[in-house]
Amino acid sequence: MTKKKLTLVMMDAPFENARTVTGLRLIDAAVRRGHDVTVFAYEGAVALTFARQAPHANAVHGRDAAQEDHPLPKDWIASLMEDAPRHGGRLEWINCGLCVDERGVGEAIPGAKRGSPADLWKAAEASDNTLVIGTR
Amino acid sequence: MESYLLFESQEPLECAQVPRHYALAAGLKKEGNRVTLFLVQNGVAAARRSLRSDALSQLIDAGVEVLADDFSLRERGMSALRLTAGVKVATIAEALDQFAEGRKALWL
Amino acid sequence: MKTLQIVTAAYRCNIEEQDDPVLWISQAMKAGGADLHLLLEGQAVDYAAKGQEASGLSFGGKKQTQPPRIEDDLKRLVATGAQVFALDEDVAARGLERADLIEGIKGVSRADLARLFAGYNQIWRW
Repeated sequence: MTKKKLTLVMMDAPFENARTVTGLRLIDAAVRRGHDVTVFAYEGAVALTFARQAPHANAVHGRDAAQEDHPLPKDWIASLMEDAPRHGGRLEWINCGLCVDERGVGEAIPGAKRGSPADLWKAAEASDNTLVIGTR
Repeated sequence: MESYLLFESQEPLECAQVPRHYALAAGLKKEGNRVTLFLVQNGVAAARRSLRSDALSQLIDAGVEVLADDFSLRERGMSALRLTAGVKVATIAEALDQFAEGRKALWL
Repeated sequence: MKTLQIVTAAYRCNIEEQDDPVLWISQAMKAGGADLHLLLEGQAVDYAAKGQEASGLSFGGKKQTQPPRIEDDLKRLVATGAQVFALDEDVAARGLERADLIEGIKGVSRADLARLFAGYNQIWRW
């Protein structure tokens, strides 16, 4: 399989829409194929890498926090970043800086970078393809 | 001839725009392009054999490849046996491969 | 790389952002030299209408001093040389006439979308 450079744009905030998981599934598939992936997180999606996401228990289902093992997007993304080199590729995550500031989510997981629209265009120009998953 | 990968995450009863998305797929195909419509999330609901799946049948007859995401189908308890004829079950990796091959990719 | 940016949602978070996020990022990339053009589709065709006015909101004593000015944003994009299209059928369906739209907006019909798309390397549908 030929290694490709791919750019994805995500916009949805965590826990709000299934588009987030579909986006992460596409990224996961790209990582497993060994592609180089750049994600530009715009608007609410900049909170996907917010370091202060925290798991919780689930009293409705009678599970404590450990049992609930609530997924946190930041952990999924960190894991994808860690996994990418094992498959011969890399995952670069860029958060739109102004979007980060207005949402107060500046504390991001290690590896998530701050960027601007210029970074999106630069990544897209250097990529074989770009997919924008817009919000609705 | 160009190639297109269209992601459809909504179904016609949920969103009035969906028929227009299907029309876009048909229009692109009519111009001689290769077109795949990848149904994902609630978009797969339109593929269950019913009155509303006629629109997908028409796309298939016109030569559009209609794929339904296997996870989205399973999440909704949708058996492949109940899908309208011609809709193929596919993995997200297959969609990714089409995207990686350079198809113009649109999230509808 | 020549791209077509398709704007579909409208007035989603414009007051909080003081901008439409897709028009904003398009202007930012354009200012950096990007070869991009726009298509307004669905409810976003309303962005081409003259007379949009979103000023005057306040919450408690906190007034909004810089409301979104979508009309100005589109005019700026047109002035940069970006082609800004609006889907004819969506314009008509919303009771808009040509005279209601700002200068420089080009019409395109649904039937011509495939041919329009062929002129771009990538289509980014927001």
